[in-house]
Amino acid sequence: MYVYDEYDHCMLAERVAQFRDQTDRYLAGKLSDAEFLPLRLQNGLYIQRLAPMLRVAIPYGLLSSRQIRKLAFIARHFDKGYGHLTTRQNIQFNWPELVEAPDILAHLAEVEMHAIQTSGNCIRNVTTDHYAGVAADEVEDSRPWCELIRQWSTFHPEFAHLPRKFKIAVCGTPADQAATQVHDIGVYLIRAESGEVAFRILAGGGLGRTPVIGQAVFDFVEKRHLLTALEAIMRVYNREGRRDNKYKSRIKILVRETGVEKFREKVHAEWERIKGSALTLTDAEIERCKSFFTDPDYVRRLNGSDVLTEKLLEDPEFARWHRRNVRQHKQPGYGIVTISLKQTGVAPGDVTDGQLEFIADLADKYSFGEARVSHKQNIILADVEQRRLYDLWRDLSTQSLETPALGLLTDIICCPGGDFCALANAKSIPVAEEIQRFFDDAAELEEIGDLQVNISGCMNACGHHHVGNIGILGVDKRGEEFYQISIGGSSAREASLAKILGPSFARDEVPGVMRTLVDVYQAEKRQDESFLDTYRRIGHEPFKQAVYADSH
Amino acid sequence: MPTVIKDGAILPRDRWTVLREATGPEVLQAVPGRSFIVPLEFWLNFRAQLEEYPGEKGVWLDSHQTPEPIAADLAEFAVIGLNFPVFADGRSYSNARELREHYRFEGEIRAIGDVMRDQLYYMSRCGFNSFALRHDQDSETCLRALKDFSTGYQSSVDEPLPLFRRRGGVRQE
Repeated sequence: MYVYDEYDHCMLAERVAQFRDQTDRYLAGKLSDAEFLPLRLQNGLYIQRLAPMLRVAIPYGLLSSRQIRKLAFIARHFDKGYGHLTTRQNIQFNWPELVEAPDILAHLAEVEMHAIQTSGNCIRNVTTDHYAGVAADEVEDSRPWCELIRQWSTFHPEFAHLPRKFKIAVCGTPADQAATQVHDIGVYLIRAESGEVAFRILAGGGLGRTPVIGQAVFDFVEKRHLLTALEAIMRVYNREGRRDNKYKSRIKILVRETGVEKFREKVHAEWERIKGSALTLTDAEIERCKSFFTDPDYVRRLNGSDVLTEKLLEDPEFARWHRRNVRQHKQPGYGIVTISLKQTGVAPGDVTDGQLEFIADLADKYSFGEARVSHKQNIILADVEQRRLYDLWRDLSTQSLETPALGLLTDIICCPGGDFCALANAKSIPVAEEIQRFFDDAAELEEIGDLQVNISGCMNACGHHHVGNIGILGVDKRGEEFYQISIGGSSAREASLAKILGPSFARDEVPGVMRTLVDVYQAEKRQDESFLDTYRRIGHEPFKQAVYADSH
Repeated sequence: MPTVIKDGAILPRDRWTVLREATGPEVLQAVPGRSFIVPLEFWLNFRAQLEEYPGEKGVWLDSHQTPEPIAADLAEFAVIGLNFPVFADGRSYSNARELREHYRFEGEIRAIGDVMRDQLYYMSRCGFNSFALRHDQDSETCLRALKDFSTGYQSSVDEPLPLFRRRGGVRQE
């Protein structure tokens, strides 16, 4: 992974000092609430329902075991012993004290971590597919490009006060697990017919109140021009994005109101001015960044699949976990392992200090000392030898981390919701738990197969409900919590927005509705069709009719 | 009068008056001996009268305006003010870079309006070289804020080479 040099370290230390000074001035009454707000937000600090919340960046989801141990330390000493993985590859601490925030940032800086630009109206943490670099079928590893974008966007002097927050995702895999098309900017690595790898850049995607799938602004950008192309988009947005109405200030509204053709023209006109400037990447810099993401020392010609085959036959519980949570690795003899953080009774994405330390140990023992977090709120050990999978599974079982849920109905993406968040209209964590309790038969869940369920506690859509195969949105009806259900969404390469089923439901009705939707799917499915495949074939109506015939 | 920092020092005396709202050219007689930074509309409407006024000329752009209408006139101005109606309005950063990098404006670019300590470093990176501080700002603290960071990653006005062309002390133009 990327290793800081003296420049990176220096800037981070200066940032900690700057924020310490800002916090001191605020506490001394020299900065007003309104003035401190954008400053603390650009350091990841929100004021939540119960306490401040500190959001720490995990650049493109990558963590070393040393960093994981530091997160555990922070959870233990500054929080109530846990952290929460977010839907944008960050980790949040829900209980720190404001006065301690500068100290936490200083601790993070020791391990090359920070909370820079994890909130506020600036360019946020860049995200990517959590299988980057190990997926068997990717065009090219996206992580060096993420790192280049991280550096370019960190403390960008021109874009610190944008009309609204700005999220960039980069993706090099055909499957696209980065939700690339619903980002303000989505960058795809593409291979041209000539064999050259380049970028296709989308803009104007997003969720929130107005979900939109991004549209191509650049069809083909040579690698060295990546940053000038991004800077051109940012400049047009900084200037022209609406600032009169918070709900119309994302780039998606600008693209829509301008028209994508006109928007492209403006961006390309800006690009012509700066293309070829000093911001053009050098071969040396591209190679430097790539050098941090080379393959670890894989054992070649691994002769261990016999061990795996034997254990798979011997132990059906292990076999189930292996079928669900281990995915194909580009390197023969290795597997990509997902540690599910979706145990029933635990808020999706929550992880304790003890679990973090345990996972750090596992990363050292099994996966070259690194782990990743996914926007689906799980943790990935990306490089595990197949012959050691059984041992890993046994280890995971000792901490109840062996839930075989990856991609299943219970692998729910969920925002913190009304239990923590000041913006929420309704709770979301208890809904996830009720669904998990309702569908608690592992064999049945596996039979249902891939089914992405996403829950948001309000229309800001942190739980990405618009792109769930089943999306659940908490709404407030005269002071009571109700849930609006949508179906048919996906954030993968064939992205689509979910369509609302109809009138919303009381919380205790939600699991029953889920049951009906699953029943329709299972009655209608052909061969190996997933829920989404079936939905796309038979359409909305059969689901809608079944649900409202049942419950109304 | 606001305290003004220019080129890294506090100005003992600032000769510029920013005409915030100027409706007609009669204001030009009101304060003899001073130079004016006039609103864009004033320049566009009363250019002839302003040109008769002795001394140097300045114009200011609000954050929703761009340098384009004055692109041909830039040599006329000793100073261009860029306004921050509120400090979270970031449009003037783009205007500053455009004036420096695209139009090659070499005069003074002054931040006016809601200008406080916590913006100064980014402003200076984008090409501002003077800052009319909000009345409640401590000018010594603001001077130090210009040095909050010793370097930055990006290509910008103060350092056109991005860090990746400078790492290790070797400059790759």
